[in-house]
Amino acid sequence: MVDKTVLARQFIEAIPHAKALGLDLTHIGEGEAEISMPYNEQLIGDPRTGVIHGGAVSAMLDTCCGAAVMSHPSAPGGTATIDLRIDYMRAATPGQSIRTRATCYHITRNVAFVRATATDDDSDRPVATASGAFTVEGS
Amino acid sequence: MVRPRPEPMQVVKQRRDAALNALVEGVPYIRFLNISFDRRGDELTGVLNFDDKLIGNPFLPAIHGGVTAAFLEVTAVITLSWEHMFPRIESGEIGAEDILSDEHIRFPKTIDFTVDYLRSGLPRDAYARAFINRSGRRYASVRVEAWQDNHAKLFAQGTGHFLMPQPSTKA
Repeated sequence: MVDKTVLARQFIEAIPHAKALGLDLTHIGEGEAEISMPYNEQLIGDPRTGVIHGGAVSAMLDTCCGAAVMSHPSAPGGTATIDLRIDYMRAATPGQSIRTRATCYHITRNVAFVRATATDDDSDRPVATASGAFTVEGS
Repeated sequence: MVRPRPEPMQVVKQRRDAALNALVEGVPYIRFLNISFDRRGDELTGVLNFDDKLIGNPFLPAIHGGVTAAFLEVTAVITLSWEHMFPRIESGEIGAEDILSDEHIRFPKTIDFTVDYLRSGLPRDAYARAFINRSGRRYASVRVEAWQDNHAKLFAQGTGHFLMPQPSTKA
């Protein structure tokens, strides 16, 4: 299944929006994925504090969840988001990069269920969590 | 009973457009996604101006699901902020220049946001409108719809909860 991991990594890296956000896929395989995003002033949501906009964190979590689905041993190919819920716990600390970790914890022939967490340097206190359902597409 | 003379239309438009512009243009991430807002009276429509960097699936191609989520959330927060501030913008209590400089002006904070993806986002402009289900003293519930060519065929919808800014000590 090494091929699929390589393929998934190439797929993520070929996503124009992932490139625009500066996403770096740091780990992928067996239904798990980790993505890191450096601090970027273009993504600020509150110019008074420099806190990154929640939307950028959402985009990261969505990408990470999709990558986790594609890397699952039972996933034949691509995926698309059916629904995604994001809970925002706190503002990410300005200047720090954000890391997301997603787990595809259950998969059927048609649907994949995923959970993800976003953190900054203080990995004990999540910035946001996500849970979603994704499609399972043929290869 | 003497009714005050209505303000000239240009004065009203200039005040509202300047306030909306300050609200939107001051946020780097909104500029990054190139989201703008159409205003008719107090009603807002978010416009996601298409660009190749918004693509999530280059093979279809389709707009990134995260971009769709962010677009819905930005439309929800701006609409909620706008409706929250509108009476004070109209009364002249808040001017466009205060919106980003006055520390006492705070914005709603997202507690949670859920997106339903109904069809894939085509590589072209998208539109969104937010409806405030309830806006209380502390919490607000907002629903957002997004469409492209045909308003009747939504490509995504969302619901979010927000923590409303608490009255500051300034009052």
